[in-house]
Amino acid sequence: MTLRTLLATTVALTFAGQALAQDFNDPAEFKKQREQLSMTPQGPEGQPWAQHLGDGMVDTAKYRKDGQVTLCFSNAGVFNPWRVVGLNNLNAEAELHKDRLKELIVVDAEGKDDKQISDIEALVSGGKCDALIVSPNTTAALTPAVEAACGKLPVIVFDRGVNTSCPVTYIHPVGGYGFGITSGEFIASKLKKGDNVLALRIMPGVDVLETRYSAAKTIFDEAGINVIGSEFTGSDRAKTKSVVEDYINRGEKIDAVWMDAGDTATAALEAFEDAGLPYPVISGEDQQDFLRKWQADKLTAIGPSYPTYQWRTAVIAALDVLDGKQVPGPEWVLPQPAITEDVLADYVDARMPPLHYSLCGCQELPGYPERWGGKK
Amino acid sequence: MSPLPQTSSPLRRPARLAVNAGLVIFLALYAAIAFLQPNYLEPGLFMNFLRRAAPLVILACGQLYVILTGGFDLSMGAVATLAVLAASILINGDPETTWAVIGTLYVMGIAVGLVNGLVVAFLKVPSIIATLGAMLSVNGLALAWSGGAARGDLPDNFRNLGRLVWRGVPLVGTLPLAAVVLAGFVALAWWGLNGTVYGKRALAVGDNPRAAELAGTPVAATRILAFVVSAVSAVTAGILIGGFSGVSVNAGEGLELQAIAACVIGGAQLLGGRGSIWSAVFGALSLFALFTLLNLIGLPQALRDSIQGVILIAAVGASLWRTRRRT
Repeated sequence: MTLRTLLATTVALTFAGQALAQDFNDPAEFKKQREQLSMTPQGPEGQPWAQHLGDGMVDTAKYRKDGQVTLCFSNAGVFNPWRVVGLNNLNAEAELHKDRLKELIVVDAEGKDDKQISDIEALVSGGKCDALIVSPNTTAALTPAVEAACGKLPVIVFDRGVNTSCPVTYIHPVGGYGFGITSGEFIASKLKKGDNVLALRIMPGVDVLETRYSAAKTIFDEAGINVIGSEFTGSDRAKTKSVVEDYINRGEKIDAVWMDAGDTATAALEAFEDAGLPYPVISGEDQQDFLRKWQADKLTAIGPSYPTYQWRTAVIAALDVLDGKQVPGPEWVLPQPAITEDVLADYVDARMPPLHYSLCGCQELPGYPERWGGKK
Repeated sequence: MSPLPQTSSPLRRPARLAVNAGLVIFLALYAAIAFLQPNYLEPGLFMNFLRRAAPLVILACGQLYVILTGGFDLSMGAVATLAVLAASILINGDPETTWAVIGTLYVMGIAVGLVNGLVVAFLKVPSIIATLGAMLSVNGLALAWSGGAARGDLPDNFRNLGRLVWRGVPLVGTLPLAAVVLAGFVALAWWGLNGTVYGKRALAVGDNPRAAELAGTPVAATRILAFVVSAVSAVTAGILIGGFSGVSVNAGEGLELQAIAACVIGGAQLLGGRGSIWSAVFGALSLFALFTLLNLIGLPQALRDSIQGVILIAAVGASLWRTRRRT
C-alpha cells in the first residue's frame, strides 16, 4: 500500500516535472534568440552595452527634461555575485554623468516582492525622481507596481521583465535560450553521437535558468548526445563537487559538463582532478576563476554569458530618455557574447576576485578594479 | 573498536542502546550503497566517503556538546561560512599566512561561542533564540565583509586540509588528510566527554539544571564551554569545507540543522540529558550515507528531498521508540 502510494507519487511528480518544463520550452522563442545571436549589433563599435539588436526605436521627446536630474533605481537585491558586479557597474556608470546627474537613489528590495512594491510606491510618491529604473524581483508580482509608476514618470526595466508594455523600454541581453544555444552547440560540436554530458544547474523553476537548460537539451537531443543527469547544486561549491564525484564513482563516462551558470565550474573540474581523470569538455560562464583555470589547464571550454553590462545600459537609457533622444525599444536587446578560446586572454585579469563577471564592460569605468573588489 | 562507554551508571545505559541504533542505521544504509555500487566497498571510496562526511561529523560532535547540556546551536553553519570567507580574505593567496590565519579563525570562532554561551548562561535567553540571533549576525557580518561575493583565494596548503589524499598508504590504499583531521577531532571530543569530568557535568546540566546546580555543578561554565566547543567544531568544519571545494558564500548553509538531525538520529535526546559522542559520529555518518544513497539512486531532485525528509523522521522516530521501549 505505502509502496503503491510512493510509486504513484513518483509517477505524478515525474509528469508534473515534465509539464512544468514545457512552459520553458518555447520553439518560437528558441528560434528568435538563435537568430539574434548571429545578428550584427547596431551602435558604437566595441561598446556592447550601448549596442542593440534589431531596428525598433521609441520616441521619448515628451520625457525631455533640462538641467540636472535625479534617477531612482529600485533594485531586486544584491543576493548573488552577478548582482554585486552589476550594481557596481551601475554606480560607476552614474559617476560618468556627474554633470547631468544630481543624484542616483538606489533602493534595495532584498529579494522580496512586497518590499520592492512598496519601494517603488515610495520612490514615485516621493516626487524626487525624474526617471525610474526597475530591476524586478519577479515578473508577475511587480507588474502592477510598475504600471502604476508608468503613469507618473518614465520607467526603464532591465534584467527580468514585467507583463506590461508601459515602460519606455525593457533592456535585456538575448536571453536564456541564447545562453543554452551557445553552450549546447559548442559541446555538441566537440562530442560524438552517443557521448555523455552531465548537466549541472543552480535551481529549478527560475525562468532565465530553465530556458538555458531547455535550449541546451534540445540541441543535445538533436545531436544524439545523452544527458546522463541533470542535477541542482544551489550554487554551492561543495555540493557541486560532491555531485560530480558521485557521478564519477558510478563509473559512467562523462565526456562533457554543461552548466547553466559558471560560479561552481571550477569545483566541478576539481572532482575530475581529485579522481585522476582528464578534464571533460565544459561550458561555464564568464567568471574569473573559471577563465583562469581554463587558461592554466588548457581546457576545451566555452564561457557563454548573461552580461552584467546591462546595468550600465539602464543608466544610459534613462539619461537618453530624459534628453528626449530616441532609444531602442520597446525592447532593447543587447548583444550576448560568449568567451571563446580566441578571446580568452583578453578577459583573464589576475587582479580581479574569483567570481568577477568578466563581461562587465567595466574596464574603462571609474574605480576599476578596486570598486569591483580587485587589487590595484 | 569498542564505542561503548565503560561506566555502568543507570544514566548512561540508554545512550549505549542508542549508539547501537545509529551504528545499525549507518551499516544498513552503507550496505544499500554497496549493493547499488559495489565499488563503495573498496577502501579508496570508503575513505573518500569519510573525507566528504568529515565536516558534518565534526559539526555533529560539536553540536552534541550543546545538545547534551539541553540547548541548540543554530549558529554553527554561519560560523563555518565565516571561517571560509575570512580565510579567503585574510590569506588572499599567500601560503605563508595560512597557519596564522587558521589561528585567527579559531579565535573568531571561540569569540562567537563565548558570546552564545554568556548570553544563554547569564541572560537566560533560550539557546534557540540566542544562537538564531548569532547566526543572523555572523551571516550578516560575513556578507558585509565579503561584499556578498567570494573574494580572495585559498592557497594549496590551506586547501590540502580538505583536499589532499595520500596515495599508496599501506592497508587502506588512499588516506585523505580530512579523515585524519576527523579522527583527531573525534578523539578529542570523546576524551572531553569521557576522559574528563566535563561529560558527566554536561549530562547533569542537560538532565536537570536545577538539580545539577544544587549538587554543586558549575552550570554556567558547563554551558559556556559547550558553546565554545560547538563553535570550534564549526571553524574546523569550515576549514575542511573550504579545503574540499574552495571559497563560497553559502559554504555552511543549512549545516546546523543537519548536525542537529545527525545527533538525534544517533540517539541523543533533544533538550539534553542523554547521548554520547558516538550518537553524533554514527548519526552524522548515517545522514551522509543517506544523502549519498539518494544521489546514487538518481531520483529527481524534488522526490529526493521529500524522501530524505520522510527517512529522517522515520529514523529519529525509530530510535526514540527504541529508547522509550527499553527504559
